[in-house]
Amino acid sequence: MIAVEAERLRLGYEQKVVFDGIDLRIAQGSVTTLIGANGCGKSTLLKAFGRLLAPLDGQVRLDGRPLRAMSTTQIARRLAILPQKPLTPAATSVRDLVMRGRHPHQSLLRPWTPDDAGIVDAALAATGLTEVADRDVNTLSGGQLQRAWVALVLAQQTPTILLDEPTTFLDLSHQLEVLRLVRRINAEQGTTIVMVLHDLSLAARFSDRLVVLHEGQVLADGTPWQVLTPQVLATAFGLEAQVIADPVTGSPLVIPLEPSAGSLASSVVRDESEQLVRLG
Amino acid sequence: MLAAVASLMLGSNLISAGQVVHALIDSAADLDAIVWGSRVPRTVLGIVVGFALGVAGAVMQGQTRNPLADPGIFGVSAGASLAVVVGVYVLRVNSPLVTSALALVGAVVASVVVFAIATAGRGLASPVPLAIAGTAVSALLGAITSFLVLTDQTTLAAYRIWVVGSLSGRNLDGTAAMVCLVAVGLVLAGLNAGSLNNLALGTELARGLGESLWRARLVGLAAITFLTAGAVSLAGPIGFIGLTAPHLARALVGGDHRRLLPASGLVGVLALLGADVIGRLIGGQAEVAVGVVLATLGGVVFVVIVRRAKLVAL
Repeated sequence: MIAVEAERLRLGYEQKVVFDGIDLRIAQGSVTTLIGANGCGKSTLLKAFGRLLAPLDGQVRLDGRPLRAMSTTQIARRLAILPQKPLTPAATSVRDLVMRGRHPHQSLLRPWTPDDAGIVDAALAATGLTEVADRDVNTLSGGQLQRAWVALVLAQQTPTILLDEPTTFLDLSHQLEVLRLVRRINAEQGTTIVMVLHDLSLAARFSDRLVVLHEGQVLADGTPWQVLTPQVLATAFGLEAQVIADPVTGSPLVIPLEPSAGSLASSVVRDESEQLVRLG
Repeated sequence: MLAAVASLMLGSNLISAGQVVHALIDSAADLDAIVWGSRVPRTVLGIVVGFALGVAGAVMQGQTRNPLADPGIFGVSAGASLAVVVGVYVLRVNSPLVTSALALVGAVVASVVVFAIATAGRGLASPVPLAIAGTAVSALLGAITSFLVLTDQTTLAAYRIWVVGSLSGRNLDGTAAMVCLVAVGLVLAGLNAGSLNNLALGTELARGLGESLWRARLVGLAAITFLTAGAVSLAGPIGFIGLTAPHLARALVGGDHRRLLPASGLVGVLALLGADVIGRLIGGQAEVAVGVVLATLGGVVFVVIVRRAKLVAL
């Protein structure tokens, strides 16, 4: 089953067209990460998936239905999006913040129920925030605050979650914390995850599939081992790098080379032989 | 939260008690006439206007995410003032009821113009176009008002009395319509509370939660216009309540607009009635208009708030 599908999607701002007819299908229950250099359009594509950016042409389908045929509330019940820089509201407790994730499920006719409270409690527990639930969000550490945002989109209880750089501004242990949480949500609830990450090795470690975007095209698409090759890294990032197996997890690890440490060609050859060994 | 509301209620009761005591001291002749003829309408007016301004200020700050925003930013007060001045200048209006009606029309027209200018450009994602359009329109209307007032003695005399902002010398006849206006504004503000909570998370996350920006802005602006227009037509442009009441209320009940809006309204009532009583007491026979008291005390109180509780950034 396809959760999110882009069909001949044309996207851009003002005069600048970023994507001119891109196609992409995201399978249900998978963790997909969009990667690429700054300005390659990762966030633009994610925003279009989350109806925050209207396509110039083409369309996005969510669970088979065109987004533009759905009301914004209907979308919000099936898809949650955590933008890159949400604003932290004044004088608001962590619980109150997470409660706002229930907004799409409420209306004048269906106000707050004990079910909602249970869902909020579960989201707080899943993100390890139960103990600080009554604290003002403005007093949280960076890692706690980021988990509070994740808890908010969890409380939205949608089959699909989009995360735009959920680990930015976090130190390594907090980055791992957030990504492990994402992986666990995916494993336990079968939630489809599409996210944008900058750290390639972390993206490889926590994703089923990587999609490399470059100059308005999908440059590479597949499992982390299929995608993270020196050629792709050279084209997408202008980066000379070697890719080795992470000794702990076995996922690909990107090691940037010093410019003088050998030609690109030799590193490609070395890497491909290594890959063949691994795959064989 | 209940405790906060209860304490605010007790506060306004204390004020009422003070008014009655004051009435007792004042009235050598006929106590009933003073209490019912002047004090009661005045208190009712104070409650309506104070509540309207407090709520309008909280909606305004939520919409613009600017802790220094007050309802004047959308050009509502400036529009009302200009309409009153034009009424006096051109039509030689002097009935309070017609003045109120003119103020209302001016307020509504100004906010519609501001909304139209702000939405003509990039749209409603950012609160900045609304604030800029409002400030620009206010400045323009203010300039025209000054021009008319300075060129005509009669207009200046009439405008001078109206612009100070006062609860006295108004009776309850004809105010029913304005009170209905405030009531409509309160309903709209109530409907906007959930949207304001979402907008506080940034427009992208708000939209992700299923918020329609267009509806959120429109309902919010309509609420501010109805509330401010009603209050301005009833009592003239009264400053500071819209700016300070939300801050005090936020410190008391937190940032959730479903609690913040009513709390801000109650703080507004408390402030307006308090300032009115002080104005009566310190003025002796003359009475100091409530607008003047608020401008004087409000400034001091605001400085104290800023110095003591670090101002909550929105």
